Amino acid sequence: MGLLSKKDAKLITDPLADNNPITLQVLGICSALAITAELKASIVMSVAVLFVLGLGNVVISLMRNIIPSKIRIIVQLIVVATLVIIVDLVLKAFAYELSKTLSVFVGLIITNCIIMGRFEAFALANGPWKSFLDGIGNSLGYAVILIIIGFFRELLGSGTLLGFKVLGDPIEKTGVYAFGYENNGFMLLAPMALITVGIIIWVQRYKNQDLIEEN
Amino acid sequence: MAKNTDSNTYTVLFATGMVLVVGTLLAFLASSLKEKIAENKRIEKQQNILYAMGVNENEEGSLAFVAKENVESEFSKYITKQVVIEGEKVTENNEAYLIDLKKEAASAKVASYTRKLPLFVGNKEGKEFYIVPMRGKGLWDAIWGYVALDNQLVVQGVYFDHAGETPGLGSNIKERYFMDDFIGEHILDGDTFKGITAAKGNSDPKNVDKTDFEVDAIAGATITGDGLSAMLKKDLKMYLPYLKTLKK
Repeated sequence: MGLLSKKDAKLITDPLADNNPITLQVLGICSALAITAELKASIVMSVAVLFVLGLGNVVISLMRNIIPSKIRIIVQLIVVATLVIIVDLVLKAFAYELSKTLSVFVGLIITNCIIMGRFEAFALANGPWKSFLDGIGNSLGYAVILIIIGFFRELLGSGTLLGFKVLGDPIEKTGVYAFGYENNGFMLLAPMALITVGIIIWVQRYKNQDLIEEN
Repeated sequence: MAKNTDSNTYTVLFATGMVLVVGTLLAFLASSLKEKIAENKRIEKQQNILYAMGVNENEEGSLAFVAKENVESEFSKYITKQVVIEGEKVTENNEAYLIDLKKEAASAKVASYTRKLPLFVGNKEGKEFYIVPMRGKGLWDAIWGYVALDNQLVVQGVYFDHAGETPGLGSNIKERYFMDDFIGEHILDGDTFKGITAAKGNSDPKNVDKTDFEVDAIAGATITGDGLSAMLKKDLKMYLPYLKTLKK
């Protein structure tokens, strides 16, 4: 990598697999369950988190030496909330349609524990550039899992991907439905998202057994 | 570096400073963008009303409103009359679409207040549409919509929207496949009002039967669907006395 030193590149690649925020740090599970019934929602949420976490990590990192430790969590919360509200207002004024798509996610971003988790664990102790990379890396790691879950839930639950009927029409009985296949409506509910996360964790630890915790 | 950031004085000063800075910034931003946002909302209302009566740029499977630039002229072209119903009194008012349904519903809690009910009369290719705005509660937040009826009180089109329903589940009330099911549905059984229910266990998933007062509900969005059915029943009922005078 020309642009990034080896250490910096690790900040981006680590969270993608071996230090994934969802499957290993167990952060951001709630939103991974809540909004992954469709692939599109997963992607939108991932982009929103990428933006807020990248920017938020830089802001917190710049302020890290002047934040009083007693109220640091409140300060972090204010930074996230402010960023999200600014984005929301600007979108409402200049890209109204986009803001309609995103409006539901605003509240979810503020409460997403990945953001607070990375502020607390990384940005408070590292410089802005590193924090920025860490933010990007972690939100990409988050995105990977979200998109995998969204892919399977939408495919098996509704038989569509990004709204396209890839398996045929369940009502007209075309495509695979002609052979008696049925959508599994259970995939649309939160419990199956949790089970999907479980399966991903299982596969990941099977592939890389160093990740298994000793007890 | 000397760590004096733990002292109480510093903490209090920092908190005060931060609140001032953030508060000023957000207040400034909100007030400077206020007009633009209000204008966007007004345009959206016009687009939604037109959408319900079938004036839109939908293509097979996609959902598209009348373009932002044309909405003003299209709105005045297709919406021939806007009326406000107050009890027995019906007045014409060209700004009826700006009436805030939320405020009206809140004021109507006082018994002496007669609720203002806006209704939009549209005309497309010689056919009359009566568009009823409505507002209700979903799972997390408000839901609202516009229902276009013909003079036989058969649904000709709807548009629904929401403030914060679950993405991928309840939020699908604004998807074509859900809204299109309402087209052709009846709301009256002879003379009795039935409304339309988003029903689970519907034996009619293709929605062939238009007089069963049911459309297929969205899997995983029970509460949103129930809220929507309740909204349709409650708000259409308020307009019923007036709407029945149209039916000949």
